[in-house]
Amino acid sequence: MSKKKKVQAVVISQKMIAPDIYDLWLQTELAREANAGQFVGVYPNDKSHLLPRPISICQVERDKGALRLVYRLAGAGTGEFATWQPGQVAEVLGVLGNGFPVKEWTGKQIALLGGGIGIPPMLELARELKEQGDRPVIVVGYRDKDLFLCEELQGYGRVLIATQDGSVGVNGNVLDVMREENLSPEVMMACGPMPMLRAVKAFAAQRGVKAYLSLEERMACGVGACLGCVCKTVGKDHHSHVNNARICTEGPVFDAQEVDI
Amino acid sequence: MNTKVTIGGVEFKNPVLTASGTFGSGMEYSDFVDLNRLGGIITKGVANVPWEGNPVPRVAETYGGMLNAIGLQNPGICVFIERDLPFLEQYDTKKIVNVCGKSVEDYLDVVEKLGDTSVDMLEINVSCPNVKEGAIAFGQKADCLYDITSQIKKKAKQPVIMKLSPNVTDIAEMAKAAEAAGADGLSLINTLTGMKIDVHRRTFALANRTGGLSGPAIKPVAVRMVYQAAQAVKIPVIGMGGIATAEDAIEFLLAGASAVAVGAMNFVNPYTTVEILEGIEAYMRKYEVEDIGELIGGVR
Repeated sequence: MSKKKKVQAVVISQKMIAPDIYDLWLQTELAREANAGQFVGVYPNDKSHLLPRPISICQVERDKGALRLVYRLAGAGTGEFATWQPGQVAEVLGVLGNGFPVKEWTGKQIALLGGGIGIPPMLELARELKEQGDRPVIVVGYRDKDLFLCEELQGYGRVLIATQDGSVGVNGNVLDVMREENLSPEVMMACGPMPMLRAVKAFAAQRGVKAYLSLEERMACGVGACLGCVCKTVGKDHHSHVNNARICTEGPVFDAQEVDI
Repeated sequence: MNTKVTIGGVEFKNPVLTASGTFGSGMEYSDFVDLNRLGGIITKGVANVPWEGNPVPRVAETYGGMLNAIGLQNPGICVFIERDLPFLEQYDTKKIVNVCGKSVEDYLDVVEKLGDTSVDMLEINVSCPNVKEGAIAFGQKADCLYDITSQIKKKAKQPVIMKLSPNVTDIAEMAKAAEAAGADGLSLINTLTGMKIDVHRRTFALANRTGGLSGPAIKPVAVRMVYQAAQAVKIPVIGMGGIATAEDAIEFLLAGASAVAVGAMNFVNPYTTVEILEGIEAYMRKYEVEDIGELIGGVR
């Protein structure tokens, strides 16, 4: 694994692509080492807000050294990020976390499931799968008709949509789509809110298929030192041997069978 | 220019250490910092057996600081000795182990197991606000602090630093109790007990409800307490609490600290420790300070 570092990145572009959803491209050397499912810590420039915000990687352009982050405006830190204009310098910590096991499942029937702000990492994941010749089914769940990244995802596989209010696609969530379409993938890779991830875990267990879940938790250091962002694990964790894995370091992507969520 | 400081007979090449719980056992920050440059590493708290810690959320940001209620998750002393200590032994830096426990016996168990190891110094955590039993219970009453300090001193083969809580009425009284019981030094401050409420969810930001406040927001409190403790005792003091820059570190030295530890700021800038070290050296050159000892307790 490459060395983690804190670097100065430069904003290439930013636009709002749905209400409170921002699409930010950064020029940074971190792009050379970034993979699907990993994340970076983005620091607010306002130093009354100290901690890096963990944001998943949505797209990587290694040759150009460009990293795309699609995030939700959720508070003061992301509120500041949303004001950034091209040329703005941003401090970024990365590359963090383990990422999805992309190569391991090549040639298999793969379903990607993204819910809400869990959708952005699915884009880079789908892109990396396409590079190795895989074409996943991509199931995405939104709150309402304000879709984002949906058209882009269509370039990498069959895209199925669920909305909570039924305005587009299936009325319900990504699991409702799985059932309605009678999908039976060999492996599922998911990112989204905790109730969705619990449902994906249960679905996978019931059908006896592999599932990988990308988890989220409040973090401080992002590098495995503070033990803030743990999740319950079925077996002894690697670090503390107490069934509490660090999401930032052992994760954020876990085999669904290994986490007790 | 001399940056060496001596605490409890242990000589540190410089006074910049890492505060317990913010730096693991050094491994996680070795990508960022050449650990050889640090005066010492104070490890995450280690108990006699593994502790699983508190439920999440365990951390929350506050204005100029953060709250944590990790609950001293740690793998226990056996894993520490087998895994973390050999890692630390690769580096030319002093190894200070932060020891935690729920009972005096727990502490003594860890202290005895570390007796014949390469560990340079012990920091006794009697000040964690986030665990229900032990820890802070020993650090908020002078007679309890005296008792545990003297019992540990009887068993310890390394110098003993007592890490004090700021959540007390009179820090000087606590400092004196630890000194009277034979402590070789003091470190302070641990975090200040705090609370944050999420107004949107109408719930506590931390699962533990309360947590320990750290970061630049607490620095003036820490400087005041380090000054008061240093004035009250003759044993050396390690100062910590919101140190972000070399100027912050020098403030603590002038207040009476013989060394400083960087805590929450490691999360904000993983290069903080080395930048502070370089800043202290630049300050010494600028003001023609030959020996860092000239700064220690320089303001009375």
